[in-house]
Formats: sequence, structure tokens, C-alpha cells
Amino acid sequence: MSDLSDLYQEVILDHNRRPRNFRALESATHRAEGYNPLCGDRLNLYVQVDGDVITDVAFQGTGCAISKASASLMTDAVKGHTVGEARELFERFHHVVTTPPDQPVEDLGKLSVLAGVREFPVRVKCASLAWHTLKAALAREQRASTE
Amino acid sequence: MNAATSLKTVVGSAASTAPFDLVRIRADFPILEITVNGKPLAYLDNAASAQMPQPVLDRLVQYQTREHANIHRAVHYLSETATAAYEGARRKIQRFLNAREEREVIYTRGTTDAINLVMHGYGRAFLGKDDEIIVSQLEHHSNIVPWQLLCEQTGARLRVAAINDAGEVELEQYSALLSPRTKIVAIGHVSNALGTINPIGEMIERAHGAGAVVLVDGAQAVPHFAVDVQSLDCDFYAFSSHKMFGPTGVGVLYGRPSLLDAMPPYQGGGDMIASVTFERTEYNVVPYKFEAGTPNIAGVAGFGAAIDYLSSIDRRGALAHEDDVLAYATERVSEIPNATIFGNARHKTGVLSFVLEGVHPHDAGTILDSEGVAVRTGQHCAQPIMDRFGITATIRASLAIYNTRDEIDVLVRALERVRGVFA
Repeated sequence: MSDLSDLYQEVILDHNRRPRNFRALESATHRAEGYNPLCGDRLNLYVQVDGDVITDVAFQGTGCAISKASASLMTDAVKGHTVGEARELFERFHHVVTTPPDQPVEDLGKLSVLAGVREFPVRVKCASLAWHTLKAALAREQRASTE
Repeated sequence: MNAATSLKTVVGSAASTAPFDLVRIRADFPILEITVNGKPLAYLDNAASAQMPQPVLDRLVQYQTREHANIHRAVHYLSETATAAYEGARRKIQRFLNAREEREVIYTRGTTDAINLVMHGYGRAFLGKDDEIIVSQLEHHSNIVPWQLLCEQTGARLRVAAINDAGEVELEQYSALLSPRTKIVAIGHVSNALGTINPIGEMIERAHGAGAVVLVDGAQAVPHFAVDVQSLDCDFYAFSSHKMFGPTGVGVLYGRPSLLDAMPPYQGGGDMIASVTFERTEYNVVPYKFEAGTPNIAGVAGFGAAIDYLSSIDRRGALAHEDDVLAYATERVSEIPNATIFGNARHKTGVLSFVLEGVHPHDAGTILDSEGVAVRTGQHCAQPIMDRFGITATIRASLAIYNTRDEIDVLVRALERVRGVFA
């Protein structure tokens, strides 16, 4: 049986209440809109890339606590890193949230609080929406969808 | 607000029918005994799909184990048995709807398929550029998108009858949309997202006054109250088996015979033809003209058993019970400090749609599930309604004959837990 407290940890509730980098970024060099047709969640992601480094990243939109917290944590995690490192982190995060709950996964620091979604398969898309949107923005695609 | 009204064409219970007995009804539905996450199931997602009673489950097993073959084909025993089950269910459905003739009942895959049949068979054949189709703002996507496709293909235009803040169609605005250009009015009998019962008798009369044909999406009406297509005087009535305690994958289009006769086939294949040569094919008569290929025979057999089941219970008493549970749920959820209910129509049935301020419905849905409470969270395939109220999603508790006040208490306690997590 899935344990609810694994999903709604204090870190997630905190980032839901006070999302970090929750604003528009007019100077963004890359941007994309993420959309989850299942629940209607929308996310606008703004990325400022100077040279090869993500110097700023911000988001706006509506979503559940999981998707909002995941977006907030993601912006903190990729800021100051290179585009290549962000892409690599996408792959590692994606692996963590899609690995069956009975199998071990690597520790991703703060991002690991989202590993709890593995117990709730329908909510994996909520946690990965922001990351798919980041990947699309860096690839200069306008839209990302969890479908 | 929920008392049985003149809008609901409730047919009186037959003299032989025992008064509605909630305990006995619940005992008919084995799935209600399961536990979810260690808690007794409180199934409040009936507008998405209702559960099946034991007689329907028994009928499915009986058909599959002892009666199955293809229909309308062979002369052997099993083919005749299967055909009898299939056509026997058609008779039951005809009586259930008070249709005049069996041929007015066409089997489909469900409500969506039935609406698409009318879009293809009637819309593409008889609508052209600048003709108009009217839907309401309350419609399910399945009663919007087929008409948008038709507009793309024919140059016809889609017009939308607006709703007020209570979630009721504005009748005068609807009437103002009607004109000689109006060819089809496609309207839900009961809203799946808000529970509003539309005054379709009045809407059909006004549409006919303008010369339009009317399709009624009855998917959310037939589980709750009796429908009489003759007294409604509708041209098409679409509904699904699985919302009314039958299996998935089968539904019905009722159609006026003069229209069905004039319509070209929906799909080509076996069973829908009278004769085939490479030079010329003659189509079968209605309803077979619209039933190409081997249908969901087992589903139809189960559907027939669901009709029998509904016909065997006191439907007036069942509706009064559902209305009582809905009124109780409305009262209890209204007492939650940060809850807002959407859809306060004077006439509604079966649905309570609401949001908790500061809590996304999907988060609420996951926490309710951990308490054994099954609700739908999201847009309910009715994005225009969400847009109308400026929201992205709601929590929807939807009722059937077997739900109880106790289950509403469980829901409300679980909602308190949701508020606790997000406090």
C-alpha cells in the first residue's frame, strides 16, 4: 500500500506554498509551455542561457502541489549549471521517478523528495511536466506535453 | 433543489415492484464490498462509469459460457441463441425508452459513437455551408468535437447557448440563436460536470419550431430517471450501457425512423448490406444499415440484463434516495470553510462538483483515494465549463442508486484530511 506521507513531504508542501523562481523572465533566451491534458495543468518556463550556462530560470502557471513543487525544485537545481548538465539531470530525474518503487534509485539530493510519486503511478506525469518543458525549451521547441 | 420535478419524466413503479430498499440494492453490487488502501470503498465516480449488479455479471458469464456465436449468420443453435439475446435486448431497450418500434434502436459502441453516427449519417448528408448547429456551454467534449469536425467538413457554423452562474442554460439566449439556418440542436439531458437537468422538452419544442432536428445526449440521464422518447419528441437520443449498470463498449442511438431511413450508412461492412456485387451494393434496412461488422454481442446481452435490473426496482424511490444523498452531500460540503460548489441549478441530479481553495483537485483526489474514496478530479471532459467559471479543474462526487449518506460522511472526513495536509 502506498504511503501518503511519502508523497506530501514537508519539502513539497513548502515549495507548493512558496514556489521558488515563480515569475516571468522577460530576457529569457529559451522558453516553452508545458501542458498536461489529463488535468489541464499549464506551465510557462523561461530559461536564460549565457554561453553554455543556465544563468537564470523561472516559471509561471497553474498546477497541483506535485507539479508546482517539482518545477520549483527544478529551477533551483539547474540554475548555474550548463545546458549539458541540465539535460543529464533530466535523464537521471526521469529514471528515478519511473523506476518501480521496490527497486533502489540514486540519491538526487533535494530532488529525491519526488521519488515518492513512484508509489502513485498516475502522478508521475505531475512530477515530470516541468522537466519535459525544460527539455523542450532547451531544444527550442515551443510546447511540451506529458502525453 | 433536488426534489423529483416535472422535468423528470419518472414513470411510476409497477405494482409488482417492491419499495426501494438501499440495503438490498447494495447487496446486488459485489464490488461495493472491496477495500481500497485498507479502507472500505466509497465509490463516488458513477458519472464516469457505474458498477454492475450481480444479475448483469451472471448474464455475461452465462452468455460467454453457454450461448456465444456470431449473430444473423448461421442456422445453427448457438447462432440463433446469440441472435435471440441480441435482438431480445433491443426489444427491452425499445420498451425502456417507450420507442414505437424496435428498429428505432441502433446499437453503437457508446454515446460518443452514437453522436458520431448522427454527425456522419445526418450531418454530412444534410448540412452545408452557413447552416448552423447549436450546442450548449454545458456539453461534454463528445457533444462538441464531432460538430466541430462537421463544421470543418461542410462549412457549417457552431453556435453556443450560454449558461448562467448557476450552471443553467439561458433559455431566452438559446431561443435567440434559433433561426431557419439552425439544422441541428445537440444538447445534453443532464450535465456530467455539474449535474444540471436541462429543460429539454421546452428546448426540443423551440428547436422544432425553427425546423431543426434535435439530438439529446442522455448518457447522464438514463441512470437516474426514466426517459420517454415519444413524450420528449426528440429526433435522436444517445446513451451508454456502462453508465446505467451495464458493461462498457455498448450504447444506443434512438432515432426517428423517417430520419434513419433517409440517412446513408455510417460504416460499411458485413450485416449492413442486403446484397453486394462489385457494380452495386444494396444496404440492409434500419437498424442493421447502421450496424456494420460483428458487434459487442456479449455487451448487448449484459446491457439487456441491466435494463431488466433497472426495470425491476422502484425507480421513483431510487431517485428520491439519490436526491436525498445529493442534498446531504451539498449541505455537508457547503459547511467546509474553503469549499466552493459549482453548479447550483434548480433542477439537478447525481453530481456535486466543487473546489477547495488552495488545494489542487488532483492532490485532493490522491488523498481521498488513500481513504478509499473514489472521485473524479479534473476537467470532466468539459473544458468550456471550467473556462466559464474561471477554474482549471474540480473535484466531482457523482452518485448512483447505491450510494449512502455514510459514504458522504466518509468523503467529508477525507476532505478534512486534505485540508490538514495543506493547512
